[in-house]
Amino acid sequence: MYWIYLRRELAGRKKQTIIVAVGLAVAIALVIVVNSLSAGVRDAQAQALESVYGVGTDLTVTGVAAQPGEGGGQRFEFDSDAGQTADGTTSVSQSRLTADFTRGTLAASTVDSVASLDAVAAASGALSLTNITFSGEMPDMSQMQQGGPGESGEPPAGGPDGAGGSAFDLNSFTVLGIDPDDTAVGPLSAVEVSEGRALTSSDAGELVTVVDATYATTNDISVGDTIDVGGSDVEVVGLIASTSSDADTAANVYIPLEVAQSLAGLEDVVSTVYVQATSADQIDTVQAEIESSVAEVTVSSQSDLASTVSSSLSSASSLITNLGTWLSILVLAVALALAVLFTISGVTRRTREFGTLKAIGWSNGRVVGQVAGESVIQGLIGGAIGLAIGLAGIWIINVISPTISSTISSTDQAGPGQGGGPMGGGFGGMAQQTATDVVLHAPITLWVVAAAVGIAIAGGLIAGAFGGWRAARLSPAEALRSVG
Amino acid sequence: MSTTHPTARPATASGEGLTSSPIYALQAVIREYQQKNRKVRALAGVELEIREGEFVTIQGPTGGGKSTLLQMLGALDRPTSGVVKLGEVDLAKASNATLGRVRATEVGFVFQGFNLIPTLTAHENVDMGLEPLGLTGADRRGRVTEALAQVGLAERADHLPGELSGGQQQRVAIARAIAKRPRVLLADEPTGNLDEHMRDEILDLLEGLNRDGLTLIVVTHDSAVARRAHRRLRLEKGSVREI
Repeated sequence: MYWIYLRRELAGRKKQTIIVAVGLAVAIALVIVVNSLSAGVRDAQAQALESVYGVGTDLTVTGVAAQPGEGGGQRFEFDSDAGQTADGTTSVSQSRLTADFTRGTLAASTVDSVASLDAVAAASGALSLTNITFSGEMPDMSQMQQGGPGESGEPPAGGPDGAGGSAFDLNSFTVLGIDPDDTAVGPLSAVEVSEGRALTSSDAGELVTVVDATYATTNDISVGDTIDVGGSDVEVVGLIASTSSDADTAANVYIPLEVAQSLAGLEDVVSTVYVQATSADQIDTVQAEIESSVAEVTVSSQSDLASTVSSSLSSASSLITNLGTWLSILVLAVALALAVLFTISGVTRRTREFGTLKAIGWSNGRVVGQVAGESVIQGLIGGAIGLAIGLAGIWIINVISPTISSTISSTDQAGPGQGGGPMGGGFGGMAQQTATDVVLHAPITLWVVAAAVGIAIAGGLIAGAFGGWRAARLSPAEALRSVG
Repeated sequence: MSTTHPTARPATASGEGLTSSPIYALQAVIREYQQKNRKVRALAGVELEIREGEFVTIQGPTGGGKSTLLQMLGALDRPTSGVVKLGEVDLAKASNATLGRVRATEVGFVFQGFNLIPTLTAHENVDMGLEPLGLTGADRRGRVTEALAQVGLAERADHLPGELSGGQQQRVAIARAIAKRPRVLLADEPTGNLDEHMRDEILDLLEGLNRDGLTLIVVTHDSAVARRAHRRLRLEKGSVREI
């Protein structure tokens, strides 16, 4: 009889049932989509970070912000004999490896110090550099030394414009010096060889490189070619690509760490130590130990690293976190308020009915159970519709698969006010940015489904509790008297 | 509970054959309401005894306390002071649970406006009255069928209230009240919403139930209803007197 009465009542009040169910459905669908998108953005952030920091990297250790004038690497130097001169024009071309001007480097021994800590599973050092090629044309310097314009009364000559002018090109690519022996953690843990071979321990000290496949394609580089890195010819032995089809690798060119140090003139230093803790709950401990045992370092956790992800991925994260969450809460609150108001109004409208039921012997508990049951069923109907709408929304997002760009700026790791912005460090700063396009997926988890059902039942119970409380307070005599 | 089935104890229209034990005993019953800033005394020291098997009507002017008295008798309300005994139970001092049990098992209610649930069929409406008794499904079905047959609506069991005439709806309400086999049937203006023909039909039905032994207490404005009773009471200014 309970279910017959319940079903007939809900069917008899279709409009109210539909409004309450749809209100809850919209709220539940929003919660599902927002949560799913949040999970998708978190995955995308993790993916973007993994492409740069590698799979399983829990912490990164970098040098503290450098003082003006510190840091760097090789400088461009042109002496009087530099370049080749013809027809009063000198052509020059130099490649230099530079480190991040804004951040100090770490002693190479830092890697061993960190690796020796109890809760550290693996540690690997890398030297992040930028190869800048400066090429161009300028007037013949020897002519200028013999007598500048005005002294001889002759107009300026030479240079690309024939009137003493100069023209230069600047090209750059990112270079990462890595330890070929230790690639379990760090950027190379998130790549796979697409052609040729990977760097091995026998490559230590050799002028060999593996190149990002995308960069290689763009610049027409093949296995067996040589490229100019820091003024030296380096042989390409392999091409690598990110293990994620949706992300790029951390750098354009990878060379053995010793070679990178040597070519950049930065002996026995690394720029970053990638650290993997023995377990997730040890990360904070490891972070604290590194900070206390190694002087002048910045230790960043995954959450710190996540804050370095910028561009549209960051915007999406911010949009979902702020607008999406608040919108969900607002709609949920409105839906719950609607459900409560409609239930209370329904009880008020059914005063005579409940008064009659109490008069014929129904207990308060039985009346309250009826009201609460109707509300919970309304909630469950809303939950089912909301789940369907939410899953449809997730399906649409996954079909569209929007691509979100992310830029990871390691110069931001020290936090605002330290180390400057991504562009603030000049060439060095530019070298520390990695742009990645990430496909946003909205995963469907059991938690999302459970949350939808939970919200539906909770919504129904809350509305039913208010309605039931109202019904329980009805005195049968007053209920019957009030309706004549 | 001594008697629950309406056909269990025979009685006559003249009251001959009535048992001597009182079913209700009211002593100095006062009921006061707070209405805005003034106190209203609906019942002012009512003294009353009603015996099992009686057919009693209560008449009186509107606002004279008739419905209030009926609610006292039906365990729907408690007096401000005084004693309202139904058998051995003093309803004035009984707990809410006891009042609920009394309403569920000993008292049947019939209202002027029928008070049926519009979304349920006649069968289901009658069944609602059996809900608190905790009977088996088969027992409930048997009682509902019997009650509907008793009021002459066995063929209309699957009809919704909206598909029935006023008289038929009131019969369903009576079936709902008697299906539990109460000791007493309380009716508040049971023919107030019916035309003359339907009124007579309902009165015939109620008289028949009374003849079968059911104690009947009817609040009415209608003298035609009152004329059929064994005993006529008038409630005026909160006090009861025999007519």
